[in-house]
Amino acid sequence: MTPADRFARLPDLLSADDDLRRRGRWVTVECRVDIGSEPFHLSLSDGALAALDRGPRLMRSTAFTVRGTEEAWQRHWKTIPAPGWHDLFALTKHGVASFEGDLRPLLQNLQYFKDLLALPRRLPGAT
Amino acid sequence: MAPTLDPMIGRYLRLEIDGVPHRLYFEEAGPANGIPLVCLHTAGADNRQFRHLLADPDVTKRFRVLAFDMPWHGKSTPPDGWERTEYRLTTASYTAAIRAFCRAMDLDRPVVMGCSIGGRIVLNLAIAHGAEFRALIALEAADFQQPWYDTAWLHRPDVHGGEVCAALISGLIAPQSPPVSRHETLWMYMQGGPGIFKGDLYFYRVDGDLREKVKAIDTKLCPLYLLTGEYDFSCTAEDTLRTASHIEGVDVQIMKELGHFPMSENPVKFREYILPVLDKIATQDHC
Repeated sequence: MTPADRFARLPDLLSADDDLRRRGRWVTVECRVDIGSEPFHLSLSDGALAALDRGPRLMRSTAFTVRGTEEAWQRHWKTIPAPGWHDLFALTKHGVASFEGDLRPLLQNLQYFKDLLALPRRLPGAT
Repeated sequence: MAPTLDPMIGRYLRLEIDGVPHRLYFEEAGPANGIPLVCLHTAGADNRQFRHLLADPDVTKRFRVLAFDMPWHGKSTPPDGWERTEYRLTTASYTAAIRAFCRAMDLDRPVVMGCSIGGRIVLNLAIAHGAEFRALIALEAADFQQPWYDTAWLHRPDVHGGEVCAALISGLIAPQSPPVSRHETLWMYMQGGPGIFKGDLYFYRVDGDLREKVKAIDTKLCPLYLLTGEYDFSCTAEDTLRTASHIEGVDVQIMKELGHFPMSENPVKFREYILPVLDKIATQDHC
């Protein structure tokens, strides 16, 4: 499974996590996550994924974008990631990921987004 | 049934720091005649980070462990008029607070162990006041670290300060750390006063660059130990090793499966590293 294929499983992973949806109950936002060169558009509503659209969408408006290289996500989603690959900010510090756009909704709900974007760790084959 | 009590005792100390009256909260454990070991918590946190060390008989059988809440932190009362000031920690004010605490408690050449900003200031103690201390231990410390986020997000009305502080630093905890300890560490961050973490980082980011200065450290005068967790990407292993390369005689270790908060995020793992260091200090012959 490619990193983008893993991320495409996000709806199931989030549906299975009641606690994360509870913690994200204030989150309603459109945002974008790039897995390497492949964009995903997330429509979050009260902490749940109302839609996850894979691939480019012309003129799609989003509040913020989290970009990471394929390698960054692959290593971030190891069951026990190696030092330097284990946190979004470790990735940005090393220049393999970035945050762009209006970061306020991201920072207002930072632990939720960190945990959301780490969910693919739970898929088989993450070791 | 007898109550189950932790061994540490908490008290408030009245003292002046740079001429300003303060009321500092501290906890201590261990024999009154033990080697004094003063513990300095990380930015935006408080002395609870050392509760496991304070309750460890292998430590307190020889050491009198004292952990105080820095001014403005934990249960230490902020100075009168705090509401008219923006809190900013500096190298000078931090050094003054530590030396004032040691003086007020009449500690005889204590060991000082600090973590993160506490580790950075320990380097300054080694540079400027080494003769006053028996040994110095800097956890997660370096002479300089590259910033990895904008501190403006830490204190503004549209972002919950406690939650954003905790969420930011959560990534500095090693993934192997027990979940209970991870969340206890985060809880302490959620409880800091408004703007206090940000004010501490002023020292870290703006005022406390010790590059070049660390070359002046004399480890014969006062032994220095540096220990950094491999998962700390704020103060990286490379940062600590680079710092150590400028200090002759320093004892440096990179701790496996630990992050930026070794004493609170994984106390069991941390003691594997710190007990041998404390043993060396307790038996060092030149003190």
